Amino acid sequence: MSQLTYREAVRHALAEELTRDPNVVVMGEEVGQFQGAYKVTQGLLEKFGPKRVADTPISEAGFIGMGIGASMLGVRPVMELMFWSFYSVAFDQILNNAANVRYMSGGQINCPIVIRGPANGGTNVGATHSHTPENILAAHPGVKVVVPSTPYDAKGLLKSAIRDNDPVFFLENTVLYGEKGEVPDEEYLIPLGKADVKREGKDLTIVTYGRPVIQSLVAAELLAKEHDISVEVVDLRTIRPLDIDTVLASVRKTHRVLVVEEQKPFCGVGAQLTYMIQAEAFDDLDAPIGRLCTIDAPAIYSPPVEAEQLPNPQRILKAALALLD
Amino acid sequence: MSKKPSATIEQKPNASSTSHGQAPINAALTQAQKIELFSQMVRIRRFEERSHRAYTGKNAAGGPNIGGFLHLYNGQEAIAVGCCSLMGKHDHVITAYRDHGHAIAVGMDTKALMAELYGKVTGCSKGKGGSMHFFSPERNYWGGHGIVGGQIPLGVGLAYGVKYKGHKGSAMAFMGDGAVNQGAVHEAYNLAALWNLPCIFVIENNGYSMGTSQARSSAGDLAKRAEGYGMAWGVCEGHDVYEVRATMDKFLNIAREECKPAVVEIRTYRYRGHSVADPDNTYRTKTEVEDYRRTKDPIQVFQAALIAEGVLSSESAEKIDEAARAEAEAAADFADASPYPTPEDIQKDVYWESDNPDQRTSQGRLFFN
Repeated sequence: MSQLTYREAVRHALAEELTRDPNVVVMGEEVGQFQGAYKVTQGLLEKFGPKRVADTPISEAGFIGMGIGASMLGVRPVMELMFWSFYSVAFDQILNNAANVRYMSGGQINCPIVIRGPANGGTNVGATHSHTPENILAAHPGVKVVVPSTPYDAKGLLKSAIRDNDPVFFLENTVLYGEKGEVPDEEYLIPLGKADVKREGKDLTIVTYGRPVIQSLVAAELLAKEHDISVEVVDLRTIRPLDIDTVLASVRKTHRVLVVEEQKPFCGVGAQLTYMIQAEAFDDLDAPIGRLCTIDAPAIYSPPVEAEQLPNPQRILKAALALLD
Repeated sequence: MSKKPSATIEQKPNASSTSHGQAPINAALTQAQKIELFSQMVRIRRFEERSHRAYTGKNAAGGPNIGGFLHLYNGQEAIAVGCCSLMGKHDHVITAYRDHGHAIAVGMDTKALMAELYGKVTGCSKGKGGSMHFFSPERNYWGGHGIVGGQIPLGVGLAYGVKYKGHKGSAMAFMGDGAVNQGAVHEAYNLAALWNLPCIFVIENNGYSMGTSQARSSAGDLAKRAEGYGMAWGVCEGHDVYEVRATMDKFLNIAREECKPAVVEIRTYRYRGHSVADPDNTYRTKTEVEDYRRTKDPIQVFQAALIAEGVLSSESAEKIDEAARAEAEAAADFADASPYPTPEDIQKDVYWESDNPDQRTSQGRLFFN
């Protein structure tokens, strides 16, 4: 085991897959010479050369579309969006072309492309740079959506994503890039669509993914110490495919659920989750399902207030206590 | 709109084929190859006319044979046929929604194409794509795309793939004149030029976008915009299959040999409305359509050239036309007799993984019903 940052874990996954498969290429804005806007791809250009690690112009619709076209011919592009927020200028390429081309061709084509980059708030960059589009992406059949919360998960899931034969959208988090965690020295893969129980408990299940996993674990610790409440934290890790079975097993154990997400509430991932939980485990519930989201407004700039707009340990703690009242 | 077949092969065109027949790429054609080019153009015309009749007619149950939109290629046949006739093993094609002509030109079976229009499971996309979404990857034909200009970055990606794999080949990315003002097209131009990708951007300029003329929608010359990206460009007339081939051959060779992109504007005309839903009575005159058909019909022009060359006779042209009509009729019969997909088919061909369950590596639910 080594202690790696989330950033390093992603980088190691890229380097290992570039080494393993000559069809893998890394492309995006500033991924090469600049060493990555968030230094995720640092050193890769020197190691693998400009054919495998390519700087693109600021031209998301163009280069994402190019990657999709190349993937139809069997190249396996891993495209970096400097921020997932910029998906909006490549929306047609991502969600008309990558998501639909297999279906419209009657299954003759597949697009083994990965689009990755950070998707989060909490860095005081305002509404345009703080989108969390996992719900919008996952609403499109044909795509897979991954949101890892730890260095270990990020590495194992990204390697699986790169080997996947369908388009995979991989949403990272700039706030987590510097967070450290244990990562095995030997190679490993984590299958997409497998949730992970990050903390076991018996009184309440928190279902979450991405950075709110880390915040929920902090809240769970406080709830245990200060309120003698035992919280189970289920990290979805992948939004689509969705490991609802692990969620339902936890609900059947604790009988109370709080969904926590760094999403706006309307039509968010949590809306789908709460629907599925009530539909499939209604008799196991002792209380209405709770939901804690980002407060429903565009991302505010003001630094101390943005921290309150997003999920945070104190907001999670309050929501959990309200549910257990 | 008349249901009468509109190819007037008997008429004599005013515009004859030009010296382009002497271009090396055309001089090298055998008589059989020339007849094949002619035959493909006629087959596209008859296919389109038959599909139009199917669209406006009713099936045995009294319902429509074909749903949605139908964008016909009549008048533009020499472009798809001329360009696709130049394809080698590593040359690829992608186009927009007016995609029937290219599909026939790359060799797709008209039965599967017509069945796709009818929404049948025997269609080239199993009834899942429809008129705008024909694909045949084994023939290097990558669709068939519905969003104006959205296919152009994919075309650059095909060219990138050709170059990445070290093949000597190209991608021809077709679009209409209405696509040239889309941002994605300009982003694609820049990438192709910046990275020296073997992509030929082919603008099939039929003059009207949907119903807004070039003069009312585009500033400046269309192909000349390539200069802003340091790309080569050319313009040619699309009614003469020899000219299309001679022009495209030049740029394709540069793409294959030097990995350089280009923009080629091919001036053409469509005989039908933008789609069958377009009554075609608001933005151009009947006289204009008829003038073009009388003087520049690509089938008539090529027929006259081949007769002058002694390659074709009026009788053999008539036989080719009869065979094309019979083929289109057989395609319609096949489509009519074919079954629809079943509701169980709706969730097939969504994910590679769910279609190949023995090779699935992910877990969890892929579908949510």
